[in-house]
Amino acid sequence: MIKQDIGEYKHIWIFVEHKDGKAKSVSFELISKARELAEVLGCEVHTFALGKKVKHLADEVFRYGANKFYFIEDNLLSEYKTEPFRDAASYLIDKYKPEIVLIGATTLGRDLAGTIATKLNTGLTADTTGLDIDKKTNNLLMTRPTFGGNLMATIFCPDNRPQMSTSRPGVYKAVEFSVEGEVVEESFKFNKSNYLKTVIDKTLESEEAVNLNFYDVIVAGGLGMETKENFKYVKELSSILGGTWAASRKAVQMGWAPQTRQVGQTGQTVHPKIYIACGISGAIQHQVGMKSSEIIIAINKDEEAPIFEIATYGIVGETGKILPAMIDLFREKIKKER
Amino acid sequence: MHLLVFIKQVPDASQVRVNYNTGTLIREGVPAIINPFDKHAIEEAVRIKEKFSGTVSVITMGPPMAESSLKEALSMGVDNAYLLSDRVFAGSDTLATSYALWAGAKKIIEEKGDVDIFLSGKQAIDGDTAQTGPGIATRFDIPLVTYAIAIKDIDLKKRTIEIVRLIESGAETIETTFPCFITVEEEINKIRYAPLPYLIRAARATIKILNTKNTKIDSSKCGLKNSPTKVKKAFTPQKRERGEMINKGSMQDTLNFLYENIESTLKDMGKI
Ligand SMILES: Cc1cc2nc3c(=O)[nH]c(=O)nc-3n(C[C@H](O)[C@H](O)[C@H](O)COP(=O)(O)OP(=O)(O)OC[C@H]3O[C@@H](n4cnc5c(N)ncnc54)[C@H](O)[C@@H]3O)c2cc1C
Ligand SMILES: Nc1ncnc2c1ncn2[C@@H]1O[C@H](COP(=O)(O)O)[C@@H](O)[C@H]1O
Repeated sequence: MIKQDIGEYKHIWIFVEHKDGKAKSVSFELISKARELAEVLGCEVHTFALGKKVKHLADEVFRYGANKFYFIEDNLLSEYKTEPFRDAASYLIDKYKPEIVLIGATTLGRDLAGTIATKLNTGLTADTTGLDIDKKTNNLLMTRPTFGGNLMATIFCPDNRPQMSTSRPGVYKAVEFSVEGEVVEESFKFNKSNYLKTVIDKTLESEEAVNLNFYDVIVAGGLGMETKENFKYVKELSSILGGTWAASRKAVQMGWAPQTRQVGQTGQTVHPKIYIACGISGAIQHQVGMKSSEIIIAINKDEEAPIFEIATYGIVGETGKILPAMIDLFREKIKKER
Repeated sequence: MHLLVFIKQVPDASQVRVNYNTGTLIREGVPAIINPFDKHAIEEAVRIKEKFSGTVSVITMGPPMAESSLKEALSMGVDNAYLLSDRVFAGSDTLATSYALWAGAKKIIEEKGDVDIFLSGKQAIDGDTAQTGPGIATRFDIPLVTYAIAIKDIDLKKRTIEIVRLIESGAETIETTFPCFITVEEEINKIRYAPLPYLIRAARATIKILNTKNTKIDSSKCGLKNSPTKVKKAFTPQKRERGEMINKGSMQDTLNFLYENIESTLKDMGKI
């Protein structure tokens, strides 16, 4: 492997992901985390955005403490497609040589990061939940769960730059810290004939297609919801909490929820801040998909249910009674606080 | 039509246990399986082949024992199976793995002709990185479509394909051209039982071994030493302790107590 001259790489870069001109909160979370790391490294936090119209995002990133905002605006970037985004991002990174590049571990971010790292011939650590600086070497230490959350690994990238990581949304706290930042407009000459993909249709917010990982609160129902009708409680509670709803495999098999909402070994792996398991026994195949959630609340009528082994808070009782009361309580509390 | 599927043999993650005393994984007796997502990639390739005719090749990089996964792939209707196996590959990270698999795929193309559709799983359940597919696609410089949940249409004349993929807020349908690289989600299809003719053929089929001698793989780009990322340490996460069972007599008190306990988290999240 050819060793790079890693000394010329400086500053931490954050990819600003946005949707319809609105930045995703993970971008601010990463800026805040990067500020901590930058303090140790003695460098700055820079951001970059790609899109048809993104210049206005500068104000937002400066509000969270980014020192610089690079952007490329182009019609080709009007909606996300891997290849033009990859090429524009690689161009910027190659030109400015940041020592660290952080990207949110969203669907988009994980699609993009692997292609950029390959282009730049550098290391990438996916889906990290911890970032630190090794004080001796100034290397970035990136910690991530593997083996379905059974093992944690701390990865570093000693000889290649930039050090790249996709980081899970919701891990770091976005803290406002106003900075007078600098805006730098860049342009990239796309070779249009290279891009052979068209988006011909989008179904948004469909019940069927949902990326559960995007949500910080997930309310999941299992066979203990007893009827399809009762799933309305699961959905309602999730909407009051600004999250989404999910299901166990048995609930999916009953036809109470689409397979896309299944959590577990053969469904999606999720790590929300709050996971509420309603009438779910907590079989190992279900647990591997959710046990790294920060707070697990379990409601089950069987006090011996295995879900209670991993639950932060357990309530023994009937879902059909507890959920309606919980919905009333949360609705009232959340209204009051607002 | 020629389809090439990348499959990985993995330990069944749901059966891996943690020894909290030693801080290690207990892997004894844990069966090695085809990564579940990759099985759906095989199934999809075979279905496309059955509909449009053609051949399906699979490749796996791993130790000799990965042969059993290739046999299983053959029994699902795959025509050619390749095992990319060489000591120099040991310890490769995703950059080195995607390099080796790309070089291995080029050898298969030499032998069996151009590939129209490359498929892989969305991610491997042992590492969960989801980087290998995008890495290979980038090396071939072909369109990448990740998180596919359905193949809607293939037009052999125009050499185009319509794919539905998951995005954060729903799904989108992408049209792209051959050759392309697709990484698949589980819901793309249901795996069928292996039909008898496939089983018989699988029993007879031979598996081709690819290594640094019979391919043009540059061993200075493979293996632990040549991987940019290194593991500094591995440790078991804190054991999830059995938490608190809340029972405050009345349901109202129980729920109020629960709310008080999570109130600050809800505040931090900006929910209240
Ligand atoms: C290869 C394989 C892969 C699998 N993958 C997955 C996966 O991805 N995801 C997944 O979820 N499962 C998966 N499973 C299935 C898993 O083993 C369990 O069967 C499943 O998770 C059970 O779903 P459940 O908890 O809803 O149902 P059950 O296990 O039947 O549990 C229902 C629970 O509800 C409680 N209950 C019943 N009535 C009420 C009530 N009125 N009020 C309160 N509580 C009540 C019961 O006490 C019980 O604990 C997989 C299995 C295999 C073999
Ligand atoms: N050693 C390997 N051999 C063949 N395919 C692999 C290998 N590693 C990863 N893949 C493919 O790449 C996908 C993503 O793997 P990963 O990047 O490890 O999550 C898997 O689902 C496989 O299809």
